Amino acid sequence: MKSISKMLPGVFALAAAAALGLASTAVRAQDKTITLCWAAWDPANALVELSKDFTAKSGVKMKFEFVPWTNFADRMLNELNSKGKLCDLIIGDSQWIGGSAENGHYVKLNDFFAKEGIKMTDFMPATVTGYAEWPKNTPNYWALPAMADAVGWTYRKDWFAKPEIQAEFKKKFNRDLAPPKTWTEFKQVSEFFQGRMIDGKKVYGAYLFTERGSEGITMGVTNVLYPMGFKYEDPKKPYAMDGFVNSADAVKGLEFYKALYKGSTPPGLTNAYMGEGLDAFKSGQVAMMMNWFAFFPGLYKDPNVGGEKIGFFTNPSDKAKGVQLGGQGISVVSYSANRNESLQYIKWFASPEVQKKWQAIGGSSAAKAVLNDPAYPKSSPFAQAFLDSMGMVVDFWAEPSYAQLLLAMQKRVHDFVVADKGTAKEALDALVVDWKKVFKDDGKSK
Amino acid sequence: MSIPSKLAGRAAQATPPVLATRMRGLSDRTIAWAFVGPTMLLLLAINIFPLIWTIKLSFTNYRANRPNANVLDVGIDNYVSVLTDPDIWIAMQATAHFLFWTILLQTLIGFTLAWLVDRKFRGHGFWTTMILIPMMLSPAVVGNFWAFLYQPQTGLFNYAVSFLTGVPASSFEMIGSVRLAPWSIIIVDTWMWTPYVMLICLAGLRSIPDYIYEAAEVDRASTWRQFWSITLPMVLPFIMLAVLFRGIENFKMFDMVNLLTSGGPGSATELASITLKREAFEKWRTGYSSAFAIILFVAVFGLANIYVKALNHVKNR
Repeated sequence: MKSISKMLPGVFALAAAAALGLASTAVRAQDKTITLCWAAWDPANALVELSKDFTAKSGVKMKFEFVPWTNFADRMLNELNSKGKLCDLIIGDSQWIGGSAENGHYVKLNDFFAKEGIKMTDFMPATVTGYAEWPKNTPNYWALPAMADAVGWTYRKDWFAKPEIQAEFKKKFNRDLAPPKTWTEFKQVSEFFQGRMIDGKKVYGAYLFTERGSEGITMGVTNVLYPMGFKYEDPKKPYAMDGFVNSADAVKGLEFYKALYKGSTPPGLTNAYMGEGLDAFKSGQVAMMMNWFAFFPGLYKDPNVGGEKIGFFTNPSDKAKGVQLGGQGISVVSYSANRNESLQYIKWFASPEVQKKWQAIGGSSAAKAVLNDPAYPKSSPFAQAFLDSMGMVVDFWAEPSYAQLLLAMQKRVHDFVVADKGTAKEALDALVVDWKKVFKDDGKSK
Repeated sequence: MSIPSKLAGRAAQATPPVLATRMRGLSDRTIAWAFVGPTMLLLLAINIFPLIWTIKLSFTNYRANRPNANVLDVGIDNYVSVLTDPDIWIAMQATAHFLFWTILLQTLIGFTLAWLVDRKFRGHGFWTTMILIPMMLSPAVVGNFWAFLYQPQTGLFNYAVSFLTGVPASSFEMIGSVRLAPWSIIIVDTWMWTPYVMLICLAGLRSIPDYIYEAAEVDRASTWRQFWSITLPMVLPFIMLAVLFRGIENFKMFDMVNLLTSGGPGSATELASITLKREAFEKWRTGYSSAFAIILFVAVFGLANIYVKALNHVKNR
């Protein structure tokens, strides 16, 4: 056995080398900067704050590229399609997952998750299917659920609480005025408020999505279509859409959305999406507003309509329940030169502590550690509504051709609802024809 | 001789002898090529190459968002699809409606304004500058603020119409009604670009020598007669030039309309360029949209050529 004194010089040399190595690694990490791309909105600002912890912990600096929602898809998909190196990490829309996976834009994360012990079972199932999996319902992961979101509703609690309004509503409908639970109730409430004078100002029933250019009207109308029985395809026969997309229930749903648009919304609401909705609600124009849950923390803090004046409810039901899924997963871009640092960020972001902080500072976690916490439902006035919504979310197609499918629906629905062109049945029949053509071109159906 | 060689030859002839002498060791032709070359290369790179590439893509099923997919030659299928697609024809009709009315209104109002400004009344310089302001604005800004002006509840446009006609302000939606939306974009484009037509017409009016009017007055020609026999014929080439510029510009109109109506309601204001953008950069049907772009290019190029011949004919009369 060698004496310790003889080994000491070697041990010191090794220790010195290790220290030097560690120091140089730290220096290298400090030199590294990764860029995260997302949409420009409130949660993105929260993510900037959150990411400071990552930089402090890892030494990797963060840069952010936030694009307004109206240009987000165009800008980011162009970036991915051109194999650009702008983004190391991207928080991309749920519908992009199919195309980004099949075209090799995103890094497949299965091996990384397995190696780092990140389990998809730690996240809400709907968000895993919606934001991470491709093909859907298979254990192939291309993202980590990052921003859980769905469509929800706000209402003017202070208007609903006015005794004279309550009395009039009860006299008319023989029930108490309360946030609607079904679409029939919703229509009654919205029509009741339509054109009413409140506090000396003319107000309107509801705000709905009607935007034509990107995804607005589709993200709106589906909240009526899903509960009324619309299905994207035959559950037993993929891509068979006849009798599902254009079923009698779906036709009824589309007609219902048009009736709401015509009879319960403010004038001029012909091309409106999230931003216009926030404006309409904040300026006291509407009694109820459709919008994404992601905006609700900000609305609750609004000095004019927030606090005690605002209430929240989940999407009304009909013969079934259903609401449009929003939100995004975070992915590593295949063309990134900083893949290791980007994966490091994902590992850090997936930890329960970070997810809790993400939720606390204005993000929206999809982690069970956050959402299944017994304290969560009471953590905010909209938390229970959000939880209920996450249990009934449905997403739009996430196929590689999602954009074609989406634009076809935008056109057919807007033509019928806003432009009064044809009947609901004709609109949905035409949509089936459009979608069949897309899937035929893709070789997915005959 | 090829066109570049002809150009180089002309440039060589135009090169001053002194300069040619100074550049010892280089022939006039080489010097000319050195000057013309970069421009030619730039033109080839940013105009000719993309055009040829677009033509090539138009015969394939290529999709820019699927770089790994097989690209197949589909012959003229894309052209057939474009020309038989009813949605394309709806967009072409919307474009024709927009073109016809914007050009007509801008020409009539632009010429009238130019004629009035040319009277040289007191403060005409100030008013000319004021009239020119709309065309100095960015189309994106114009699209956005007219969207506010057209708001049925708060928009100034609706209030102005209400004030003048007595029709309730919130009873009509300029950008929300299928009937009114095509007119809403015509109004905005006319507001923005009439000053441009006015400017060209004004240049035409000021190019007419005074002695012609003086001679007409000696001949006791009435003001009306002077207008029909002198003013209009002499300004006509300028008007035609303005029509050509506005026609080409409005055929490819995108930004203002996209921001104002996004092509809606439904497809009421979906001009050809908006359809093209959706096909190319939202649906990513690159081959199909290339074919559509080539068809549009040929249409504009062909019509513009015929028009330029007519313009030359008028000028040479």
